Amino acid sequence: METQFLSQFSVFVLAIFVGYYVVWSVTPALHTPLMSVTNAISSVIIVGALIAAGPEGISTAKVLGFIAMVLASVNIFGGFAVTQRMLSMYKKKK
Amino acid sequence: MTSVIALAYLTAAVLFILALRGLSSPETSRRGNLFGILGMTIAIVTTALNPEIVSYTWIVVALVIGAVIGLSIAAKIPMTDMPQLVAAFHSLVGLAAVLVASAAYLNPAAFDLLNKAGEIFIASRIEMTLGVVIGAITFSGSVVAFTKLQGLVSGAPVVFKGQHPLNALIGIAIVACIVAFCFEQSGTWFWSMTALAFIVGVLIIIPIGGADMPVVISMLNSYSGWAAAGIGFTLHNEALIVTGALVGSSGAILSYIMCKGMNRGFFSVILGGFGGEVAAGAGGGGEEKPVKRGSSDDAAFILKNAGSVIIVPGYGMAVAQAQHAVREMADFLKEEGVDVKYAIHPVAGRMPGHMNVLLAEANVPYDEVFELEDINSAFSTADVAFVIGANDVTNPAAKTDPTSDIYGMPILEVENANTVLFVKRSLATGYAGVQNELFFRDNTMMLFGDAKKMVENIVKSFG
Repeated sequence: METQFLSQFSVFVLAIFVGYYVVWSVTPALHTPLMSVTNAISSVIIVGALIAAGPEGISTAKVLGFIAMVLASVNIFGGFAVTQRMLSMYKKKK
Repeated sequence: MTSVIALAYLTAAVLFILALRGLSSPETSRRGNLFGILGMTIAIVTTALNPEIVSYTWIVVALVIGAVIGLSIAAKIPMTDMPQLVAAFHSLVGLAAVLVASAAYLNPAAFDLLNKAGEIFIASRIEMTLGVVIGAITFSGSVVAFTKLQGLVSGAPVVFKGQHPLNALIGIAIVACIVAFCFEQSGTWFWSMTALAFIVGVLIIIPIGGADMPVVISMLNSYSGWAAAGIGFTLHNEALIVTGALVGSSGAILSYIMCKGMNRGFFSVILGGFGGEVAAGAGGGGEEKPVKRGSSDDAAFILKNAGSVIIVPGYGMAVAQAQHAVREMADFLKEEGVDVKYAIHPVAGRMPGHMNVLLAEANVPYDEVFELEDINSAFSTADVAFVIGANDVTNPAAKTDPTSDIYGMPILEVENANTVLFVKRSLATGYAGVQNELFFRDNTMMLFGDAKKMVENIVKSFG
């Protein structure tokens, strides 16, 4: 248990550093799309909702998982679509 | 099989990193977004193939509902409303985190969180409480931010006596609940901390004024990431942990950039109370100073005869929906051989990068748009600075007047241009409630009126 936590914590800390360097390289002109896309990818939380909503039968946990799935998928579809819409507007000088 | 699953999640995490990396330039950004979509698809499919997951009807129904709502919102939302949309999306991530953590608490067996005695692992308890608390704060905080941005409630800060001690007290109570929950796996503690976190989310956002909203949105962006990471630890899912960390640090960096753009300390923003009341700014004075007024004809004449023009757009331009008219004006000037550039202040819109999107929507090529540090030196050689819908971000008092509320804020040095054309409704102060001495300078010509009408009239006068 403890080793598992430590290895995951290491992944977490390293990912913060990756995020730090990657995000500083994002051009300020694209900060709004950055926000909408981070929003979309943080909805990968949907995997937790899938586990809650997936088992057989019916329970409170399953209903909560179902609602969480709806919320997260609004975010996923909406977030990626609106990001794509914004990015398609950025054009170079003709 | 487990290693295949782990590799699939790792692939998803790498694709998410590439999605952010793509945003380093507009050319690579669209491909980056596709990487993000691919990563998400891999993560969802991998999870759905887990043998314990059998209720595919539920899953498909949820996805379809989400897709219909999400796609229709994304297709319709006006670009001026992006800040509200992002705040609303943050609230959904927060609520989803709360629901997932609650589901994990109610049905720990499904999440594989039980020890031999049939209790939830202590580590898992801490992880799920972090997920639920940060998620709840993200949710209620984002809802408040949304109502402020949407104009459903006033953007003015709500401050009352004992606010900060109250927040601290609730914070301590939440920590106490977490500790108690570790000792005794009881619903009382779990639901109490959830309720308290919802309350504290509201309390920390209400004192923050409208002008500081770009910081708030970025901060909530960060919170939504940390909430996702908390859930990732609960589920032992590396894709979720990595994504949470990426989003968390992204939001934190954006908050930092926004604070720097306003020369505000992060903590002073968080503690709130700024940017709502119209304070009598220093140097505002009572006496009427003379200003030089101009008509659209005067402006057209000056612009046509200029060699180079720098347009400084602010949020007011977007409110007046003048961006398309501005681009028409710029097109005309370019045909006349005038060099036209746009200068953008870091806090020009209501969220980071907002003004860039609004200009892109109006078909302004992104390589004509420059950030503050890249263009500030160009003002001194420019013939005309055309300020439209911006105010505080051009105020020289930020450099010269230590008593001013905005002292120290980086500004666009439009006063160095030969002529400053300032489109504005009136001489009223900006968000920060500080008078702009630029209005009274000799090389400034005020163009009073609605931004869109004024620019349209200038274009007519060209003809």
